[in-house]
Parts: sequence; structure tokens; C-alpha cells
Amino acid sequence: MSRRLDAGGSWIDRSKPLLFRFDDQGYEGFEGDTLASALLANGVEGGFTSPILSRPRGVMTAGPEEPNAFVEISEPWFDTIVAATMVELVDGLVAGSRTGVGRLPDPAEVPSVDATHRHVHVETLVVGGGASGRRAAVAAVKRGDRVLLMDERHRVDAPPEDVTVLPRTTVLGVYDDGYVVAHERSATVSCLWHVRASRVVLATGAHERFVAFAGNDRPGVMLASAAATYVERFGVLPGERVGIFTTNDSGIRSAEALRAAGADIAYTLGVGQDLSAAAEDVDLLLISGGWNPNLTLWRSLGGRLRYDEQLSSFLPDGGGPSWLEVVGSADGRGLAASEAFWLEPAGDYSEHFVDLQRDQTVADIAEALDAGLVSVEHVKRVTYIGTAIDQGRTSGVLTAAIVNQLLGAGPEAQGPTGARPPSVPISYATIAGPDRGDLLDPIRRTRIHSWHEEQDAVFEDVGQWKRPRYFPRGGEDIDAAVARECLAVREAAGVLDASTLGKIDVVGPDAAAFLDRMYTKRMSTLPVGSIRYGFMLGLDGMVADDGVAMRLGEDRFLVTTTTGNAAMVLDRFEEWLQTEWPDLRVYCTSVTEQWTDVAVAGPRAREVLAAVGTDIDLAPEAFPFMTFRDGEMAGIPVRIARVSFTGELSYEVLVDGRRGLELWTAVLTAGTPFGIAPYGTEAMHVLRAEKGFVIVGQDTDGTVTPDDLGMSWMVRKDDSDFIGRRSLRRADSVREDRKQLVGLVPDELLPEGAQLVEVNTGQIPMPMIGYVTSSYTSAALGRPIALAMVERGRSRHGETVYAPLPGGTISAEIVPPLFYDPEGTRRDG
Amino acid sequence: MLLIRCPWCGPRDEVEFHYGGQAHIGYPESPDALSDEEWADFLFMRDNPWGPFRERWHHLHGCRRWFNAVRDTSTHRFVVTYRMGEEPPA
Repeated sequence: MSRRLDAGGSWIDRSKPLLFRFDDQGYEGFEGDTLASALLANGVEGGFTSPILSRPRGVMTAGPEEPNAFVEISEPWFDTIVAATMVELVDGLVAGSRTGVGRLPDPAEVPSVDATHRHVHVETLVVGGGASGRRAAVAAVKRGDRVLLMDERHRVDAPPEDVTVLPRTTVLGVYDDGYVVAHERSATVSCLWHVRASRVVLATGAHERFVAFAGNDRPGVMLASAAATYVERFGVLPGERVGIFTTNDSGIRSAEALRAAGADIAYTLGVGQDLSAAAEDVDLLLISGGWNPNLTLWRSLGGRLRYDEQLSSFLPDGGGPSWLEVVGSADGRGLAASEAFWLEPAGDYSEHFVDLQRDQTVADIAEALDAGLVSVEHVKRVTYIGTAIDQGRTSGVLTAAIVNQLLGAGPEAQGPTGARPPSVPISYATIAGPDRGDLLDPIRRTRIHSWHEEQDAVFEDVGQWKRPRYFPRGGEDIDAAVARECLAVREAAGVLDASTLGKIDVVGPDAAAFLDRMYTKRMSTLPVGSIRYGFMLGLDGMVADDGVAMRLGEDRFLVTTTTGNAAMVLDRFEEWLQTEWPDLRVYCTSVTEQWTDVAVAGPRAREVLAAVGTDIDLAPEAFPFMTFRDGEMAGIPVRIARVSFTGELSYEVLVDGRRGLELWTAVLTAGTPFGIAPYGTEAMHVLRAEKGFVIVGQDTDGTVTPDDLGMSWMVRKDDSDFIGRRSLRRADSVREDRKQLVGLVPDELLPEGAQLVEVNTGQIPMPMIGYVTSSYTSAALGRPIALAMVERGRSRHGETVYAPLPGGTISAEIVPPLFYDPEGTRRDG
Repeated sequence: MLLIRCPWCGPRDEVEFHYGGQAHIGYPESPDALSDEEWADFLFMRDNPWGPFRERWHHLHGCRRWFNAVRDTSTHRFVVTYRMGEEPPA
């Protein structure tokens, strides 16, 4: 049965018919329709089901306040759940009814719309494209403002000139200093707008109020103004034999609009007349309980409300920010005065619905009050009224009024509950926008990355860097590859791409004095050409980072940081220089990506470098440990540093990044006769753990002092100050039962993070005395090893501890944290 | 999201900034001369007022300069921002 009128409908274009499907049935509508208006035009008024009580429901509104008519859109875009009143009809639309709960589909089912984000600055943003919003926009244009006007419906009538009008755009939230987030949605667009406006005008209008009476949720009950909207905008007469209950004059005007369109107005009821019984013999019952200004956004910013006796509702009452203004019917202007009537008195309130989407009735509110609740905020949290997709647009003020009435308080006693963004549901895909996949986070690759890829390296993420974890050969698994790489370093030579290590140029007349204050070792006494290892501590004395400083000149250092802490260390340098010591003449510059660092380690490292060809004298006495030399290698300018993170003879060859790959391949070519192998981060970890070298951030966690690591020798003992120094003698820092770094020799490989106990009682909980920080299988030693932090660990060497684990208990002997070459003879080759 | 006026760059989105805690707490002249209690007071103890609060901010994703601000903690409103080394407004 068609309910489309022969004429009328200011929003539809009858020359443009559209085909759509709803619940597997084909229908026809017009361009300009909403899905709801097109369904009503086809005589489909119900077909919806309430989510909890499974009661039949129909379209009740013509806008965003709709509590019943929820659909899933599957074509031509996907929306898991949306009100049919807010869906713009397009050709080929496919939708199905939903019972107030969305469905998570298989991603393959979902047509993808790339969500975008746009950022825009304007002087004036108007929210709402009704008459007062358009007036505000025109006035702002006259002032010379750039003006943006957003409206959540798909059409703005009489759009003003020189205003950027965005229909289909819902403001999700208004935040501090005129920051507004809005979602623009259509078949082809999903865009999150980030607007910064000097002034925001809320022309958000008003929603007609519902009334609680028995059976008020049945299909055919509709807000009076919504019925008039269907007639006027869409040329649809939603019912032919019509009754109306109204508390105000606007309801009469709505009924008149239906009468003019051919409806038979069977009766008009007011307050005091029996509503429930009369509803039986009409096919459409119009309800107008007065008007509620739509103040969701206003309240989310702390705007206050006051009760207005004329409207029997709440109006803005100051308290909002200076840049925010409420105009038009949102400010109560032009709204019909209404009697204060919320619910038809009855003995049984179990079918007096208040929140239709949550299936909550006056009886549910009464039960919450009987339980002792008195605040609408608490009632909301017990009944869930106002928490559904419609965000209580039809139930919020009504609930507050009914709570007031049932408690015997005046209607002004409590207003509706607070409001928070987002005002409508929004998908995570929209929030993420383009920040997905490869664009989620920057990916940093070294200059040698392409070579690693060609060698089928397995990569791991270290911060934003991609680092080769190991280089499997001929079907090797990780254990076999790492063991082979470790043995190559211990027995011949290995080469590591160490380019990701943070590198900071510290330059200026006060550079040495500055580094003295930042590091535990004294850097100012370092001769040019030498290298010193130091800890950077926090003010609290805890290890924050470690690195070496190379003195390039009297006023110039190159400082290295751990890969993951490069930005933190530079930030910390800047913080102290800018905030505490602006008198120090020092400049810090990140040069991490300017240098490629090729680390060659192993007993044959010197022979490898000599074979590559260099003018630098590599003899041990000419080029001792912890010094660096500038020169050439394979015809490339290089700076070679003798440092070691493996315990083996080791050279880090620093080269201009643009020639990094060239040097890398030259080293491998020359090193092949010596048995050189590229090694990854996993072998690096094993090799350093065999030597007991800690990794800041793995063996430390921000609660560890140098002494806890057994590295007091790293802290200078003179009376010059450095960051964190004073904290090292705080009572807590010198507590005797602090956890200390130890080595473990376990029965079998321990999982990192395993907790350690002194006695395995078998009874949970057990007192824990420490935990495993690093654990590997050592190829050189042929057994598993581990590093751990254990209470009073240094006094426990030789004792046994236990790691109770789900699969059984592993026992381990505590040893000093140094497993390989304790005399350190291998360092010089 | 707040709009914060960097004294060097002008008004910018809050996401460009990093909060740096209470301002005008100088590093002690002689940390060694302080008792554990005095040092702990410098290290850990900060004011937490309801109302105007002098605090440090860092324009981390911008000019990378540190600056000071007076912000009203009851409204989030920035009363004023000023450069390091400048005296706070009375």
C-alpha cells in the first residue's frame, strides 16, 4: 500500500526514482528520501523489534532521535547499525532491520570506504542548518568571517551564500578552545573533520518530547512533528485515521498538516483525557509532549541548565565557554509553551515505555527509586536509560521529569543526565582514518636494508627501526642460525649493521662541561681521539641510558645512545640546556641517520679490516681499545672506533650513510676468506649476555642504579656533580636488600620475565626474590644462560633459585654475571 | 583539545606539546649540602593547586623550545605563556 501523496515533498525529486532493498524485499523511493521516509511511503511502518523484550516497533521519529528503526547497511557502503531516519536513500541501497544491536561482519563482506581526516580553521562554525543556524551564518559572513555550517541531515534548505555548508555531517564533540570533531558520511565519503573555530554557534534545535503511557511503544505511535515532516518534506502520509495527544499548540499544528494532506483526524486529546484506550481505533497516534532544546553539546562543555516553566523543559543558563553561543530553538526561542505532563497515571507502569531502545519503562525507574536511588545519574546507570545508540534523545528529559515526579519533587529539581562525546556512534576505522597499515607509524630502515632483504633476513622492530634479527641459511631455524652467527663471531668474524644506534653531535665551548653533568663518567678529561662509556641517570639516580662519547675535538663530541632511547636522550639534553643551564654554549644535533655503522667483531676482525684496505694503522699498540681513528677504507672516508659489545676484538666503522652499503659489501667481500658472517640482533644479544653486558630497558626498568648492576666503577667518585648523583646515597638507593644483577646457570632455558623464588613451596603465592631479565642458549658454552635481578644477588653466588612455571620448575645456580672470557683477553684479539 | 600559545610559534594544537610539570623549581645549588628529606622534597614534591599554576611546557613537535605557562587547573585555561628566563607575570 503506497502512502506517497500525489503531490508535495520539498526534499524529494519525483523525477528520480531509486530502487532499494530492505529485509530482502525490493522497494522504490525517490532521490531526497531517507530510508525511513521511503519505507513509510511503501507502507512499511513496522518490521522492527525491540532488543530486550522483542516487542514490535515502528518508525517513531524523522530524525536522529529515532529509538526504534535501526538498520544495518550492507550496500553500497557498510554501517553496522544506524537509524533509518538518518540514512539517505541511494540507488541500490541494501539494508536490513536490526534489533538495537549491531553485528560484527566478516571483513570480506564489508565494502571498504577509505576514511579520511580533514583539518580546517574558521572564525565561525555553525552547528545546525535550520533557520536560526542559517541566520547566524549569514551574520558571520557579513562580519567577514570564514564560516562553516554543519548539519547532520542530508539536506540544508536555502543554503546561505559564502558559507561552506556540510550536510550529512554530525558534530561528535565540541572541546576546549573551539576544537570540534565532526563526521561526514555518505555513500562515497567517510571523513572526520577536525575544526578549530574562534566561535561556535549551536543551532541544534529541539526534539519533541515523548509521553509515557501504556503501550506507547507500539508501531503507529509517532511524534507529531515527525508525521508533519514526512508530509511536508517527503510527501508521505504516515497514517490515514489519526489520533493526537498533545500538551501544546505545536501538536495541533502538526495534526493540521496531516489533515490538509488528507488524513482523518479521529480525535484530539489533551492532558487529563484517557490516552491508552483511545489509541486502539486509529492507525497513527501522534504524540506531542512539548519540546526539549537539544543541548547535548552545550552540556558536554559544562554549560548549565535551568528549568523553564513555560516550556516545561530545560534551557541554557550560562557556564559555557565565551566562544560558544546557543541560538534559536536550542535556546528555547519560538518553541510552543507546554503543560508539564510526563506520564499517564496508572496502577501498572510496566508498559509505560520511557527509553524504547533500552526497553525501559516507568516501572523500571520506580524499581530503581525503590532501591533507594535518588539521582538521575544513578537511575541511568541501573536502568541503562539514555545509554543506547540514540543517546536518550527522546528519553533524557522525560526520565528526569518522571524521577522528579515519583520522588515528589518539582520538575526543576533534577535535569537530564550529563552528556559526553561522541554524540553518535563512530567506527574505529573512521577514527583511525589513514593512520593504518604502513601509515600507522613511520618505518625506519638503515642504508643497508635492501641487502638484508636480499639475504632473506628475518626482521624485528626496535622502536620504529627494522633490524635484522638473524640471517637464516639453507632452511635454518632461528636457533641454528643464531648459534652459527654467534660461533662465527667467537671463532672468526661477524659483521653487524649497528646503524640504528642513536648518535648525537654535541658541539660548543661548554660541550665537555655539559656532558660531565649528564653522564656518570667524567667526559671533560677525555683526550681527543678517545672514547668513554657512561651511564645517563635520571634525577632519581636510576639508569636511564648508556652510551659512549667520542671526543672529536676540544669542543666536539659524538655521543651514542641505545637505539630505542635516541629521541629521549636528545630531549633530555635539550631540557637541561634550555631550562637549567641556558648559560652553557652547547648545540645538540641528531646525526643518527647521517652515519652508517658497520660493526666488525671477532678474532679475525683486524685481518678483515686490513684486507678491505685502510690507511689506518690497526696494530694494537697504535690503535688501542676505546679510541677511534679517522682515515679511509676501501677508498671511502671512515671513522673507526674500537669498542666492543661482544667481548671480541671489535671495530665499529662509521661511514657517511650514502656510502654505507658500499662499505658493507666491501667488508663482506674481503671478509669471506676469513669466514665472516653477517649477524643479527639475536646473536648480538646472546654475545653481550655471555659477557654480562646489560641492555638498558631490558635488564633495567627505571628502578635500577649503577650499583644494582654491579657497575659502581662507572660512577666517578670525585665531588663534582652530575644528574642523579645526589640520589645515589638516598636511604632507598643504598638499601641492602635491593635487587642486584646476577648470572644464572639454569637446568634448561628460562623464559624471560620468569619470577624466582628461594624455596619452591608449591604453595601459591610464594615470596619472590627476583626475575629473569635476559635468557639465551649460549653456543660458545653449549648451555643455557640467563641474567636476572635478585634481592641481595651479589651475596648469593653459588646458591640455587627456582622458577616455578606452568610446565614445571626450573632451578638455576646464581653466578657472577660474566660467563665467557672472564679475563677479557679476547678484546684485543 | 587546548590551543596553546607557544611564545615562539604562536597558537598551536595541544598535541604538539609535552607537559613538563611545575615550573620555577631550580636545580639545587649544592645537592650535596641537602639532607635526604630536602633532596626528596626537591625530587618528588610538587604543588597541586586548584586554580592558577605555573608549569613548564615543551613544544616538542614544533620548535622544540621549552617555555613556561600559567594555567588555571580548574578551567584548563592558559592565562599566559612566557619564555624561559622571563619572570612570571605577577
